Amino acid sequence: MSGKSMMEESAIGLDEQMGATYGAGRHTLKPDAEHESQILEVAIGPQHPSTHGVFRMDVQLDGERVVRLKPVFGYLHRNHEKIAENAAYLAAIPYTDRLDYLCSMTNNWGYVLAVEKLVGIAVPERTEYIRVIMAELTRFQNHSALVGFLLQDMGASGTPLMYAFREREKILDLFEAVSGARMMCNYLRFGGVRVDCTPEWLEETRQLVGRLPRFVDEFERLLRGNEILMARTQGVGVLPRELAVSAGVTGPMLRASGVNYDIRKVDRYGIYDRFKFRVPLGEHGDVYDRYMMRVLEMRESIAILEQALKEIPDGPVQDPKTKVRGLRPKVGEAYGRIESPKGELGFYLISDGTMNPYRYRVRPPCLINLTILEDMCLGLSVADVVVTLGSVDIVMGEVDR
Amino acid sequence: MLGEGIVKGLIETARNFVGSYVDKDRLVTVQYPEERNPLPEAARNFPFLLYDGDDPEAGLRCVSCHICEKECPPRCIHIEKSTDKKPDFVGKQQFYPKVFNIDVSVCMSCQICVEVCPFDAIRMDKEFELSTDDRFGGLLWTKKELAKPNEYYQKIHPMEAAETDARRAEELKQTQAKAAAAAAAAAAKAAEAAKAAEAAKAGNGAAGKEPSA
Amino acid sequence: MSSPSIDPVGVDVSAEAIRAALVKGVPGCEATVVENGSPSAQHSLLLDHEHAVEAATFLRDHAEFRLDFCSNVTGVDWPDKEVTEKVKVTKVVDGPDGPKEQQVEETRKTLIPGYLETVYHLFSMEKKHGPVILRLRTANRGEGNHLPSLTPVWRSAEFQEREAFDLFGIVFDGHPDLRRILMWEDFTDHPMRKDYVPPEEDEPVMDDGCAPGSSAEQGAAGQ
Ligand code: SF4
Ligand code: SF4
Repeated sequence: MSGKSMMEESAIGLDEQMGATYGAGRHTLKPDAEHESQILEVAIGPQHPSTHGVFRMDVQLDGERVVRLKPVFGYLHRNHEKIAENAAYLAAIPYTDRLDYLCSMTNNWGYVLAVEKLVGIAVPERTEYIRVIMAELTRFQNHSALVGFLLQDMGASGTPLMYAFREREKILDLFEAVSGARMMCNYLRFGGVRVDCTPEWLEETRQLVGRLPRFVDEFERLLRGNEILMARTQGVGVLPRELAVSAGVTGPMLRASGVNYDIRKVDRYGIYDRFKFRVPLGEHGDVYDRYMMRVLEMRESIAILEQALKEIPDGPVQDPKTKVRGLRPKVGEAYGRIESPKGELGFYLISDGTMNPYRYRVRPPCLINLTILEDMCLGLSVADVVVTLGSVDIVMGEVDR
Repeated sequence: MLGEGIVKGLIETARNFVGSYVDKDRLVTVQYPEERNPLPEAARNFPFLLYDGDDPEAGLRCVSCHICEKECPPRCIHIEKSTDKKPDFVGKQQFYPKVFNIDVSVCMSCQICVEVCPFDAIRMDKEFELSTDDRFGGLLWTKKELAKPNEYYQKIHPMEAAETDARRAEELKQTQAKAAAAAAAAAAKAAEAAKAAEAAKAGNGAAGKEPSA
Repeated sequence: MSSPSIDPVGVDVSAEAIRAALVKGVPGCEATVVENGSPSAQHSLLLDHEHAVEAATFLRDHAEFRLDFCSNVTGVDWPDKEVTEKVKVTKVVDGPDGPKEQQVEETRKTLIPGYLETVYHLFSMEKKHGPVILRLRTANRGEGNHLPSLTPVWRSAEFQEREAFDLFGIVFDGHPDLRRILMWEDFTDHPMRKDYVPPEEDEPVMDDGCAPGSSAEQGAAGQ
């Protein structure tokens, strides 16, 4: 089959329908006119080391260039939403751990926040601080792991990933000491946390946070200015600002495209309005900006952690009158959202006045950030597709739910 | 100069390599299984049932109230209530589980059963090397495998166990005190009744009517 | 618990204000406020099908609202409901001394037809306010499961509407690429519907295997 006719088939007539929302140039890459070329269909994944889990991209290639890319999901689908709708409100918390299994603490927070909105539960002061500390530790370890994986995708096998995991490990040890598990923490409760952290734990955390800037410096010295890194990332996988907003991209990826939107600043949920921190913004929206965004956010997380660990007050972590087990919210609905390390993690709950949520919905940041994967990858080579995907930061537990 | 960034990065790698010989912070690898990091006190893995004393049957704390069975998110606990009762640690007659199974291949180590149990009967273990080649039977734990003595709990979670033990000792003391008070009250009542009977007898005697034996 | 529905600049984005603007800005648009009884007080707006796309475009491009960020799109299933109510009716009853009026209590059963619903949570990245919640309802749960797609307005609805199509069976007219997203292509049912019954498993599964007599128990006995 000649390349041309194949292309005409595959370039489904979307441009006419979609117009502005999709941006110009979608599906319009045509095979090289001068050379007779052949379109090659490749399935990258589901068992491919660079797809970060069981994820498939059906790619059509013209030579080395990508002319069409369709993500395929669902290999890890377990209908998380249905499971939670059949369980009590409390029983859904351990399931949220398994959404984005790198960031169970922030997942817990998103869900707990939505329930607190639905029922109207107040949260004690100390708990708010503990939640911020946990969330920022989570953000730090997620970003450090992501940067490691991204470099691994670029072929820097081993070194950066191992350095990143070394620090992550120390944070996971802290999680284990307080919640009992390294990754599936199941720690937050409605209106509180499950157990208080001990003074020794806080002291240990302070010491660790004191050492973290050295790690980020070291990491930056290792990579900043590395010519290979720059050549592989700068100008690759560019996401324009308008498209990012229209496609609902959130998190570091959105800010790399230059949109100042951080839910910690916009919604001021919890007690984030008490801390001084900056929101780093990118300019070009390419893979390099996304990488730098993570590094800079790690530094801001350290700043928040230092303030929170200094100011944390004594007090109860849970109002004993708050009902955790056997919750029966009034009929109504609520949407709660937080800035998870991946983007906006939202939980939408509808209560019909019974023990189980009538509707339980997770707004997964990873899935929605993948909407524009094709737009970013058109015209790139396969090796750059892998890097671009790596910079999106996906976890399949959350994409497929 | 092209390549400068790469050289700088390599210098950093070299520093880390040399540093790993002197700095504990840089060398974190543990040669498992020969070497093991101690688990923190809060570590949790799979649940077990606690019993007091030496007999796992008589001392089992679980009263078969089914709360954990209902709250367990993946529903991996199966309990069958007994028909008869046995005394618990304060001497109250309670049911006990005839069957108590946990399917640990389904259990997700969430600790919710521990959180909701009002009788301090179920706790989390720290044992994690549990692999078995029997896909169905080997990971279905029955009451026999689940029951562990309180001493074991004190060993793996010393602080938590001390707190639980103190609470239970307090409860026992209160019950005993109550029982003692009740006994005293009963004794006093009996004495009073006896006295009254005496008085009545005396009165009866005065009236000249001998009560029949 | 801070969900400011009024942004610092002072644009009122409550459901009532949005409704007023919509009725004025989009001729013929029918928007109804759906009250929310929970403490979150996030009220929503029910739109009609014909003007949904127009209304959405209006909200996105409105100089004050600028709802350029469609955060969450989801389906909700509301199955048919049978409501029993007791009503007192006056009837003419034939008595021994001629027809007579009498109060009789009757139970009446009314079937409230079910429908599928999509909920859109909108925010503004430019003005930093929200949420504004839009709802669209299908005619019924059978053939009339069509809704206009808002993907041409907000690209972020693309995958989420596909998900609602996959899991709830809502057909979005005007969606560029309406395929199943999480279930496989040959799958026929819609698992998030309330009346979904999962197919029988042919392989022995560990789930609930702790019940006596199950494969797990037999396995244990066979040891
Ligand atoms: S373990 Fe605890 S909660 Fe479970 S049945 Fe026994 S007493 Fe009840
Ligand atoms: S730890 Fe969780 S999953 Fe396991 S038995 Fe207890 S409640 Fe069930």
